[in-house]
Amino acid sequence: MGHHPPYLSILLLSAGSLAYEILLMRLFSIIQWHHFAYMIIGLALLGYGISGTLVSLFQKYLLSRYSQIYLVCLLLFSLFTVISFLVAQTIPFNAEEILWDWHQSIYLLLIFLLLAIPFFFAASAICLTLMQYSAQISRVYAVDLIGAGMGSIGVVYLLFMLFPQSALLAISLLGLITVVVAVWELRLDERLRVSLVLTIAILLFIASGQTIELHISPYKGLEQSLRVAGTRIIEQRSSPLGLLSVIESKRVPLRHAPGLSLNASQEPPEQLGVFTDADNLTAITRSSDKLERLSYLDQMSSALPYHLVKPERVLIVGAGGGSDILQARFHQAPRIDAIELNPQMVDLVSDRFRAFSSALYDHDNVNIHIGDARDYLRVSAQDHDLIQLALLDTFNASTSGLYALNENYLYTVEALQIYLDHLKTDGYLAITRWIKIPPRDTLKLFATAIDALKKSGVQAPEKRLVLIRSWQTSTLLVKNGEVSEQEIDSIKTFCRERSFDVAYVPGISEQQANQYNILQRPIFYRGATALLSAKRQQFMDQYKFNLEPATDDRPYYHHFFKWTTLVEVIQLRGKGGMPLIEWGYMILVATLIIALLVSVLLILLPMFYFQRHPIAPSGVLSRVHVVLYFFLIGLAFLFIEIAFMQKFILFLHHPIYAISVTLSAFLVFAGMGSYWSRHLGRKFSDRQTAVIAVVAISLLSLSYLLMLDHVFNHYATAAVNIRILLTILLIAPLAFFMGMPFPSALSSLQQYDRHFIPWAWGVNGCASVISAVLASLLAIHFGFTVVIVLAILLYIAILFLFPLQKIKQA
Amino acid sequence: MQIISRYNCSCLLLISLVLSQPAVAKDEYATARAAMLRSIEAHVKETSLYLDKEALNPSVMKALGSVPRHEFVPQSQRRVAYENRPLPIGHGQTISQPYIVAVMTDLLKVNSNSKVLEVGTGSAYQAAILSELVDRVYTIEIIEALSEQANERLHRLGYDNVQVKTGDGYYGWAEHAPFDVIIVTAASSHVPPSLIKQLKPGGRMVIPVGSRFMTQELLLINKQQDNKLITRQILPVMFVPLTGDH
Repeated sequence: MGHHPPYLSILLLSAGSLAYEILLMRLFSIIQWHHFAYMIIGLALLGYGISGTLVSLFQKYLLSRYSQIYLVCLLLFSLFTVISFLVAQTIPFNAEEILWDWHQSIYLLLIFLLLAIPFFFAASAICLTLMQYSAQISRVYAVDLIGAGMGSIGVVYLLFMLFPQSALLAISLLGLITVVVAVWELRLDERLRVSLVLTIAILLFIASGQTIELHISPYKGLEQSLRVAGTRIIEQRSSPLGLLSVIESKRVPLRHAPGLSLNASQEPPEQLGVFTDADNLTAITRSSDKLERLSYLDQMSSALPYHLVKPERVLIVGAGGGSDILQARFHQAPRIDAIELNPQMVDLVSDRFRAFSSALYDHDNVNIHIGDARDYLRVSAQDHDLIQLALLDTFNASTSGLYALNENYLYTVEALQIYLDHLKTDGYLAITRWIKIPPRDTLKLFATAIDALKKSGVQAPEKRLVLIRSWQTSTLLVKNGEVSEQEIDSIKTFCRERSFDVAYVPGISEQQANQYNILQRPIFYRGATALLSAKRQQFMDQYKFNLEPATDDRPYYHHFFKWTTLVEVIQLRGKGGMPLIEWGYMILVATLIIALLVSVLLILLPMFYFQRHPIAPSGVLSRVHVVLYFFLIGLAFLFIEIAFMQKFILFLHHPIYAISVTLSAFLVFAGMGSYWSRHLGRKFSDRQTAVIAVVAISLLSLSYLLMLDHVFNHYATAAVNIRILLTILLIAPLAFFMGMPFPSALSSLQQYDRHFIPWAWGVNGCASVISAVLASLLAIHFGFTVVIVLAILLYIAILFLFPLQKIKQA
Repeated sequence: MQIISRYNCSCLLLISLVLSQPAVAKDEYATARAAMLRSIEAHVKETSLYLDKEALNPSVMKALGSVPRHEFVPQSQRRVAYENRPLPIGHGQTISQPYIVAVMTDLLKVNSNSKVLEVGTGSAYQAAILSELVDRVYTIEIIEALSEQANERLHRLGYDNVQVKTGDGYYGWAEHAPFDVIIVTAASSHVPPSLIKQLKPGGRMVIPVGSRFMTQELLLINKQQDNKLITRQILPVMFVPLTGDH
């Protein structure tokens, strides 16, 4: 066995493990829905906690065979990355049946246990190495973090190059290579023979050209479409932004026209369907010079602004397959700017299906911009007559894989202010949403628009707002000026001709608001007028769903859940109350509860074991301090990481850059901090090192809270590379100090008794799972600023819990 | 002797059980069906505020009480066929929740002379219910396997007034148009204009909206005598009104 820890294999293993975690999120977002993907993978990470507990209990046996066990763990990690996923996707889990059918809970449990297996082996290998080489603990931990940082950025590049199922094989292959590396690092007697066998295995693995077929839920849009005879996938593209599948249906034409008026007589022309992650359909429509063939686009609620203004310049946010561009062309807009986040979507329309779309994106009057809408508007000096926020939830869908918590910066008060700032006088902002009964997002958006107008200094927002609805969609208009009587007449005519209802225009009566699509109560009208009245807060308090506008600090536009409604909804379980449950939120809560229960069990098991088999003189080491210290730094580390990641997303805008840059920067610099903590340890005690780190983290976090907004504003228009560099420079010192408290305390434990190391490792693993969920829940209710403040308090608390205080007293 | 008599008794019991099994099974389903009807009745009462009625039309309930729902679900689902919930039937499709089937049928307000078009046959359970109430039911299913299965099933169970067609329901069924009522259970991004055209003035169209595994919102379209279209959206879920006096 080598005298040095197997650094390179630890580095590769950590990279593989983090890459696998992100990849699973991608894979499950495709085969299931991303809410459940988040839950399954969150819980699977409890494999880290399980490893800590089991290594604690069997540490003597495991350490006596360190090399063999280490290799076996690496090998099994590699194999189970594929096996676990293959078996998990054969389990017939159907998320939507979960409240009707108890079998679904068992299926869910099986899936997350299966996926916990590879994480368990990876974590066990690292934990055993920390124990085996306890004198170099801070270095091993540093390599672990740096590896994870490399994995987080590596997987993003991998996902740009390969389809997710191929990326899975690549990660498994990396696992096998890691075993070969470890065989040499550990200087095993038979290394040549073992390496040879493994190398042959790797070559066979590559030569066999394995392909993995994804078993997508039969209830997702893509699978539903493919059931129709003659429908087939003709093109697929994949990136971290999503898997795009283009379908054509020769026998039964696709006719995608959501929100079409019942009075429409014309159907859409030939279309190709584009699914993102097997759902979220957008259509590429066969274009021709005969614009009258597009008249169906005038039969949608989103066409309203074209009947109020002849826009010279239109901006479309979320171009997708191009329906909104066609709508603008149908209305003869002379200049159309359109923004699309996913370059592959643009490529499909402008290259692969260029002829089909009649080069729609390359028309003289169409300008396509790839990127984030807010980023584009920040640098654009142009004002528009009309800004359309498309109905496609493309932005949401695109980010679902890496970013499953549904933060959305397009519908916040600040975002609406930016859109309003880019409107010409008397220009319109138009936002179309799906109708939900009882109303949720339509009214929340209305409240958001009121706040945005007020914040922009508008005294009478009620004179600038218009809300219309069909049975399927609602369109909100915010005018940069007061809505005139003539415009109100045009709105009423537009709605009458299409059997749409005017839910709100200045001066409307209740009777006028419920004429065509008759609701039992005109709740959209009543909601809109209440939100504009002095009783706004009372209305919001009494309303059963959360209508508080989203802000950049609490960017949860899709969060409507209120705890006070929960009891009633639970009573409706089995009686069809499920559409009223906000799944994303409930899944967060369920994940937190399960993670807490499992963690308590995992943490207490070794505690009882240590009580029965004392390995330290009683009274010298406080087990409670060990648990609390490692639990709280697990919480605090991720609180800061997640909260600042959100802040930087707003600065970098593009979710892929933001996630990969900030996550890897945090991990790599924390790794460096861990490495450096050893040097500090020569001058100071471990506890003093922790104190220095905590003071630095607190000061840096506080100063960032105070100054980040100013820095971001100052550099808002800088090139993306400059902003990435600035992000890294800002994260570096904070992450550097965040990497210290964990290895300092471990090193302290090691000086006394290394038997506690796996336990501390497991406690920290459990805390990380809980922390990620808890940070999201706290952010939903209180905002990210509060999460950061809490993290600082937690860091300060750990100073009083440093695990070896009692030794020194003893 | 005692052993022999015991043995004989056991044999007799076994024989009687085997002989009576179809009757027992039939009774079991009848009991389950009756329980399903009670569950629907209770559910309707609870949601009366949204349905504007305390009870559904007795003829609708009678139809639900006579159609053997267990025949319309896969063998693996028969055990729970009469539970008041949607069930998977394969091909990514479902059989609707009995309560929703009942409410939709009631909303259609059919009489024995009504001509009905159904788009999206699925298991054919809804078609069978309608066939108990009207003269002719025309139903279109796009998935060939389901369509064939439905045809065979309806024929076997004696629902001879239902005509099943495999194909695209977007253009309705022109040969038999216009229809008094149309029910659309197939997924579509919008209500096809052809279907609106094939609806008689004074006719009614019902469309369930939302996830097929949850209680669905119902869209009711009334085509008035002057061809004006009025829609109503009904969420038949017991939910106390949203706010106090607002």
